[in-house]
Amino acid sequence: MTIQFNDESFRDDYTFHNSDWAIKRFPFPFHEDSYMYSVNMEQHRGGPEGSVYEMRFDVDEHYVSEMKDRAIVLDQDPLRCQSLPHMTLAGWDLLELIMVSKSEDYPDLFELHRNGNQWRWINKPLGIDHSFTFMDETTLPYGPMEYITRQAQGDFAVLDQRDEMLWMDAGMVTTQADWSLDFDIGMNFFEWHAPVPKAHEMGIFQRALKFLLNIQQGAPARRLNWTMTVNPLLDTSPENYHKWGIQKTTLTPENIAHKQHLRVELQTFFRLPRSNALVFPIRCYLCSFQDLMTVPKWGRRLHRVVRDLPVELATYKGFIDNRPMMLDYLSQFDDGLPTSPGIWPDLETEPPLTK
Amino acid sequence: MSKFEFPKSIASRPVWGTLEVRPGEHHLMIAEAEGAEAVLDIATPDLMAKTHLIYIPKGADFTTKLQALNPAQFYEGPSYEAALHRIRRVLEDAHMGLQVYLTGTEGMMGQAMNEVMAVGLPHTAIQTEHRGSVARRMQCVHCKGITEDVEVDPFVCVHCGLNLFVRDHYSRRLAAYQGVRVDAEDHGNVPKPKGIYE
Ligand code: HEM
Repeated sequence: MTIQFNDESFRDDYTFHNSDWAIKRFPFPFHEDSYMYSVNMEQHRGGPEGSVYEMRFDVDEHYVSEMKDRAIVLDQDPLRCQSLPHMTLAGWDLLELIMVSKSEDYPDLFELHRNGNQWRWINKPLGIDHSFTFMDETTLPYGPMEYITRQAQGDFAVLDQRDEMLWMDAGMVTTQADWSLDFDIGMNFFEWHAPVPKAHEMGIFQRALKFLLNIQQGAPARRLNWTMTVNPLLDTSPENYHKWGIQKTTLTPENIAHKQHLRVELQTFFRLPRSNALVFPIRCYLCSFQDLMTVPKWGRRLHRVVRDLPVELATYKGFIDNRPMMLDYLSQFDDGLPTSPGIWPDLETEPPLTK
Repeated sequence: MSKFEFPKSIASRPVWGTLEVRPGEHHLMIAEAEGAEAVLDIATPDLMAKTHLIYIPKGADFTTKLQALNPAQFYEGPSYEAALHRIRRVLEDAHMGLQVYLTGTEGMMGQAMNEVMAVGLPHTAIQTEHRGSVARRMQCVHCKGITEDVEVDPFVCVHCGLNLFVRDHYSRRLAAYQGVRVDAEDHGNVPKPKGIYE
């Protein structure tokens, strides 16, 4: 299908919106009626047609506007994109991975023509037609990682692998759930995860690291993570928290339906060929409560998950104060009926709301 | 003086050790304030004869006692920033096998550790021991400015003036903990500051 790109904003007047298509393919992150941290990783080898799992790097209706928002963030704070000196090769690996994947998966939107090291990249949605020399930084307007991630939705952490450990040595981070690349750069897997409650004690990070260290080229993996965001604000950074934090207090029973968003990260993991680095794209999807409630199964389930989530997690995710108001709203969409297993909407088979 | 027991904390927070004498022909010790006591605890005539000792008193008074140890070289600097140029010069000549001893506040040890690593010495060549003030070196996550020697939580960023709370999340690269606006969700509601470990 051809994608109609939205003209929308993720700040100020917040004109962001999801089409029916985007709602139905939203990566709802709960496969059952409760949630706890787990090593929830699986192979990233496609998925149902039209779903966010289908392509290696999903492109959707928000692409063009998200890239504009990224450019604004970088303009205001260049520290959101950093690469330690030894990570340039990994940047070229990433550029290649994204250009090859997108041109193969979306041939009507992206083209890559290669003649030895002479490459021509055409990005139709963003109006780019650029010829450059692969591995020659002087032929690009930015470093290779910055160049390509200004054209790819989601944040990117690029991890160096050495001493049986992953090190966050490069990244492009403008749509993050409240963590700072500038602060975390150079940290290892356990250090940057330090603020997460419970998961260390549960042994989750030990097992997850083991899995990641063994990811092979051509065999990427994925997982979902989630949090809550008031207003469709992509840049929920600690850097700007002194400005956006107050927005959390603007939630009211009257506006919660369209103001409160479930924020889901599709996280994928790819081994890079030359550098042996690991790239970790963190793709953010936002969906308002009222749009989620159009899927009866999701309405029932979201209420139960939010209601039963341990206090530590609701606090860490930053919505403990707003939880009672969320539950007042969500409970209207929970009629107590059972829900089918799995994350998919199951619109044909799940009963409509009986309340 | 008894040593402060830091409460158990998160994985990014550094863990400091206890200095002990290591074999080697060259030793560099950097002591700040009460860190002098950690040096006095391990000093032997043989060790000190091979030691370049750099001392930053920060108001403490151990200079005479340290000089009496007869280190191979002794330097007293009025501040870490002032001593830094000399530290870098000494590290330029560092031989593989140089043993480094850092003792004093977390901020000094964290920064000096980065200097040592920058010249390619392995982290195994560095020992640390916390002594004296438990104040923290804090980075404001908003303006990126560093505020040194923060003793209370919350505190005022000396650069942008925001009231920040003191996190345990620590960056070795910055040798600093993270400070985040405390009243971001309720402007003007700043709790009364208290000691970081109170
Ligand atoms: C190597 C790739 C990864 C990177 C770069 C990464 C990065 C991060 C970062 C920066 C945070 C925020 C920490 C903070 O509060 O400052 C985080 C949170 C978290 N990470 Fe990872 N992570 C990676 C892989 C994983 C994997 C494989 C798991 C598997 C279980 C995992 C589980 C979590 C969990 C449970 C949280 C807390 C999220 C929440 O409650 O919202 N991470 N991660």
